[in-house]
Amino acid sequence: MPVTTIDGHEIHVDDEGFMTVYDEWDETLAASLASAIGIEMSDDAWGPIRFMRADFTSEGHTPTLRRVATVGGFDTKGLFALFPKKPAKKMAYIAGLPKPAGCV
Amino acid sequence: MRNLVILGGGTAGTITANKLRKRLDTAEWSITVVDRDDAHHYQPGYLFIPFGTYTPDEVTKSRRAFISDAIPLVYGDIDRVDPEARTVSLVDGTVLPYDQLVIATGVTPRPDQTPGMDDEGSWYHDVFDFYTHEGATALAAKLKDWKGGRLVVEVVEMPIKCPVAPLEFAFLAEAWFTKHGLRDKVEITYVTPLSSAFTKPICSERFGHLLSDRGITLEPDFMLERVDTEAKAIVSFDEREIRYDLLVTVPLNMGADYVARSGLGNELNLVPVDKHTLLSKKYDTIFALGDANDIPASKAGSVAHFEIEVFVENFLQHIADSPMTGSFDGHANCFIETGYGKAMLIDFNYDTEPLPGKFPVPGVGPMSLLKETKVNHLGKLAFRWAYWNVLMPGRPMPIGSEMSMVGKHQPVATSSVS
Repeated sequence: MPVTTIDGHEIHVDDEGFMTVYDEWDETLAASLASAIGIEMSDDAWGPIRFMRADFTSEGHTPTLRRVATVGGFDTKGLFALFPKKPAKKMAYIAGLPKPAGCV
Repeated sequence: MRNLVILGGGTAGTITANKLRKRLDTAEWSITVVDRDDAHHYQPGYLFIPFGTYTPDEVTKSRRAFISDAIPLVYGDIDRVDPEARTVSLVDGTVLPYDQLVIATGVTPRPDQTPGMDDEGSWYHDVFDFYTHEGATALAAKLKDWKGGRLVVEVVEMPIKCPVAPLEFAFLAEAWFTKHGLRDKVEITYVTPLSSAFTKPICSERFGHLLSDRGITLEPDFMLERVDTEAKAIVSFDEREIRYDLLVTVPLNMGADYVARSGLGNELNLVPVDKHTLLSKKYDTIFALGDANDIPASKAGSVAHFEIEVFVENFLQHIADSPMTGSFDGHANCFIETGYGKAMLIDFNYDTEPLPGKFPVPGVGPMSLLKETKVNHLGKLAFRWAYWNVLMPGRPMPIGSEMSMVGKHQPVATSSVS
């Protein structure tokens, strides 16, 4: 696993840049990850990110966009506005979680 | 006497029942299968119905005929499972107690989950699913008279039954229009929520090339919000619109509603299980096999077949209060029809993506992995016979449940960043 440094944080990532160690994450780092992909974290943007972090600890895998919407209670259209084009991937990236399985 | 109840008499339920009946002492264990009707569908055959290769009645047989006579088959709709009391209640009031339960009721396409999709006036007029008996049959009638226009093949969301089926549909449709002299009157667009034609890099690249070779436009990263039946357009959450004259969709696939009513499902009514043992994460008396579970593998008959090989041995240990030693590796094996009498074949598991090579005999074949050949196509057609005569009765297939790396080779792949 490659190690990279973002804003002074040394983190383990996969070959696409998704973090691989859950506990290396904190919210300061998340804001840096977000700005690396052109997203400014707002109050609205933190909600789904925090939901995903909590859901990962109970379920053991990165939640899908549908789960963030139906279980987390976030509006899908709103998620597309906050994290344009690829919200599931972008939110996982910012939340420091593995790339969503997407499926097979 | 202990009771094993199996919910669903499709691919997974039938194989499980037949295999376990041979392994469980009839004086100790009864096995009961529950399903709503007696029609067992050979689902891979749906793909061929719209193009007239199979007639609708060629893909359906009696469930009863394929389940051992020693196993009662109870017909009825399932109301709910009470996992604490260990009972299954049917809508007609029947209550079936169990010691162990297998949930094998699969997934169903749900056009009702997307606004506009199943609007009267559009559904089965210019909007069709093809991975159901009704949809495939209605689409066959539509294609017979269709004069051409914009064909949009679209996948709402993963996971779906037979993830390669919509690609196969696009390839077969392209070939069919060519054969019928309509190709220059049809514009084909393949719309997917994925970032490329398929999920895994090497495979995606090959399918992506094949789409462009056939003049099929790929529209990736499209998350469908609604079908605008007035404008005849599909609209994404990020407000992209694609116009259609004929929309062939794979609606959201969901597990059975009784799974949700029983508190056993996730947001798609799939049963969360351990991906290596298929045992429910909540109850050690419930397994979920085939499409009904949430394992990160293809929803495909081959996966059901391979996982049941592992499950049967594990189940015998489990009921003897021993730890389960078998571990399912996510093995899947799928034919992909590409039209013009050819097909590809892919073989993969949780950890290894589909790779090129020869199958099942390394270096020899006769089938080729990730390559279009006529032999692969013949393999797919021959599989229908094997399904009914080898797979369903629970007879051994000549392919191991665990994926083999022998005969495969790893090309250098390029992967895309988010």
